[in-house]
Amino acid sequence: MLKSVFLKRALQVVLLGAVIFTFLAADQDARFQSIGHQLMCSCGCNQVLLECNHVGCPLSDGMRNELASYIQRGDSDNLVMQAFVQKYGPTVLLAPTTTGFNRLAWIMPFAVLGFGLAGIYFVVRAWRKRAAPLPAGSVPLAQGEELERYSEKVRKETEV
Amino acid sequence: MSQIGSFTLLLALALSAYSFLAGSLALFQKNRATDRLGETARRAGIATFAAVLLAAVVLVVAAFTNDFSIAYIYHHTNRDLPGPYKFAALWSGQEGSLLFWSLLLASYGLVLRLRHKTDTRLFAYASAIIAGVQVFFLLLLNFAAPPFGVMQGSLPADGTGLNPLLQYPEMVIHPPMLYLGYVGFTVPFAFALGALIMKYPGEKWIHITRRWTMVTWGFLTCGIFLGAHWAYSVLGWGGYWAWDPVENASLLPWLTGTAFLHSVMMQEKRGMLKVWNVWLIFTTFLLSILGTFLTRSGVVNSVHAFAQSSIGNWFLWFMAIVLAACLYFYWKNRSHLASEHKLESLVSRESSFLFNNLLFLVACFAVLWGTLFPILSEWVEGHKITVGPPFFNRVMIPIALLLILLTALGPLLAWRKTSLESIRRNFFWPAVGALAVAVFLMLMPARWGTPFGMKPWQEISSFYALMAIALSALVAFTVISEFVRGGRVIRRHTGRNLFSSMVQLGHRNTRRYGGYIVHFGVIVIVIGLSGAAFNQNKEMEMGFGDRMNIGPYSLVCRSYTQDDNPNYASEWAIIDVSKNGKPLTTMYPERRFYKASEQTSTIVANHSTLQEDLYLVYEGQNQDTGRPVIKVHLNPLVMWIWIGVWIIIVGTILALVPNAPAPVRVAAPVPARESEPEPIGAGN
Repeated sequence: MLKSVFLKRALQVVLLGAVIFTFLAADQDARFQSIGHQLMCSCGCNQVLLECNHVGCPLSDGMRNELASYIQRGDSDNLVMQAFVQKYGPTVLLAPTTTGFNRLAWIMPFAVLGFGLAGIYFVVRAWRKRAAPLPAGSVPLAQGEELERYSEKVRKETEV
Repeated sequence: MSQIGSFTLLLALALSAYSFLAGSLALFQKNRATDRLGETARRAGIATFAAVLLAAVVLVVAAFTNDFSIAYIYHHTNRDLPGPYKFAALWSGQEGSLLFWSLLLASYGLVLRLRHKTDTRLFAYASAIIAGVQVFFLLLLNFAAPPFGVMQGSLPADGTGLNPLLQYPEMVIHPPMLYLGYVGFTVPFAFALGALIMKYPGEKWIHITRRWTMVTWGFLTCGIFLGAHWAYSVLGWGGYWAWDPVENASLLPWLTGTAFLHSVMMQEKRGMLKVWNVWLIFTTFLLSILGTFLTRSGVVNSVHAFAQSSIGNWFLWFMAIVLAACLYFYWKNRSHLASEHKLESLVSRESSFLFNNLLFLVACFAVLWGTLFPILSEWVEGHKITVGPPFFNRVMIPIALLLILLTALGPLLAWRKTSLESIRRNFFWPAVGALAVAVFLMLMPARWGTPFGMKPWQEISSFYALMAIALSALVAFTVISEFVRGGRVIRRHTGRNLFSSMVQLGHRNTRRYGGYIVHFGVIVIVIGLSGAAFNQNKEMEMGFGDRMNIGPYSLVCRSYTQDDNPNYASEWAIIDVSKNGKPLTTMYPERRFYKASEQTSTIVANHSTLQEDLYLVYEGQNQDTGRPVIKVHLNPLVMWIWIGVWIIIVGTILALVPNAPAPVRVAAPVPARESEPEPIGAGN
């Protein structure tokens, strides 16, 4: 009886270990893919590290092995990136960091969008003031040539 | 041979300089004598085309006759190069591509000068401006990058061959398409500047240039996507767009050109945004020159390194001169562009175009900013950084999603004012449909493959992909509802069936419904792009009988072998593919070694379906075991991108077809009703 409980527990531990190992491996693979797509191959080919495919590249295989060993060691994403920057220089990172002057790279596109939206707001406000609607019934119905002129304008504006 | 070529280029320069100077003089000193001078300038412009064409023919003949005394032919061809690539050698290198650029500009100029009777004076201005641009390119060809430079020393027996990456059928048509787009923007630019200089009355110049712009836009769109398809098929890294500076350079004028195609409608219909439109087309032209500068100056790192040289400064000066001319004439004649802007409602077609232009311009700024930021960073911080795909994806995807949303909303809005009730009525069912699509994609099992079983709460890329597909569905439903609604109206009047009524509807307003088809093509492309969020890849050394699994596919290496021909030596693997246990196909990923250039190139094996691409790359051989290393990519939905491009081409062609006469006329005045009428511009 005791033996059977022990076996059961041992089996559970092995299964749990296998599950954890599988998840960790899957997690490590996902991190490898994720970080590997944020780094550039430093051989001068200007390709993403995990997409560098030119024959005889002197660096990409070594860099991928380094990445795999850092991840296996349990280094955080930030630590891995820093290690690569220290070894290969700041151009190894495929996107600007969010510190110092590099922050400007991220801010500017959205700042321009914000300024543009504000600009549209003010433009629309100014244009709407110029186009105050007339009260209904205050304008006599158009006839003859005038009607034809307005009809032409309507056709032009409504594309019918 | 080289002397004939050099002489014709010199002659072309003299002719275009005469066309520019005499044409300008004739326009600024108006009398009978200068009228004749203007006519000689026009004819000199036509003769420029003949001279440049002759120079291009000489270069092509030199390539076919293996005239290695010409340095360009030596560096870009070899005896065993297949005929089509010898022809493509014309645009495969720096000097040749500039000659090709000049030829295309001369061709556009020829068409314009032959059609001068449409509006003699406006066309004379445009002709003189095009001649000015032509002078710049011919100066480059004669003094900075001559294609007929002669080899020093003894005559080589064979050339060094064409870059193997360019030895692919699409490379024979990708550069011409792209250049037709780049160069083509010179024409609307010339008309816009000409109309500004002569204070051309009304909006007719926009009407004249609309087709030129649309044709140019179509070529640029085809050029960009052909480039993407070439990169996907040849470079072998499993993707089609890498946010490389040279790719970005082609996107910049496309974005502003697209904004222009939308905003000109504001000027045509309402007489608004005159200054904006003029500057938008000026900017588009300048950006196409900036793109060439970025490509050739080497100021930014690019995988297109073969195009780099020292002529970048010429482009910088040319841009400065063009910008100065634009600023001068704008300042001098700005009163001509004055227009009274009135907007009755924020909920109107007008405001949707404002937002549309803002988003296109912000997208253009973001691409330009990201492309140039490494230079700025080096200037400020003293060291370069890289701005690559992670930056562009994070910045551009939200902007693109907003644009797709606007694509769905815009057509539902009428000019001047749209009631909320009308929007609700027209928008409700498409919105329900889009929501249903999103829910369906999330609920269906993931085993059905991408895009089913999406979990947007797990990853941001999955969230973006779901949003992109749902918003694309929204656009599709609004486009369909627009066609159906319009078709029903015609069916009521004509008694035809609905399909035939919709065809007639499209024919009555080709620009509008052609535009909708273009929108439809765009969202099909967006669906294709969203598949990239679910890309997978694996790499493995595969000996005889080795197996690799990815997704539902199982790959078994049947054999690997080698071959040799005069142009290249090749190695390839024979891979049997089965899907869900059933035999599917056999694929042959290949790697070639080109003898003349001593460079290698990948020939990707791709099994493409609507759901996914199974993309096999022969990475190389393990030197120890001699076995091939195969990399397999499973890229969902890529085929949608290429289908979308075909739809865009169909839509653009439809938009270029003249309208059928519209029978609808307002018969008599109708008294105003209590309730608000349906907005006609909203598709009713």
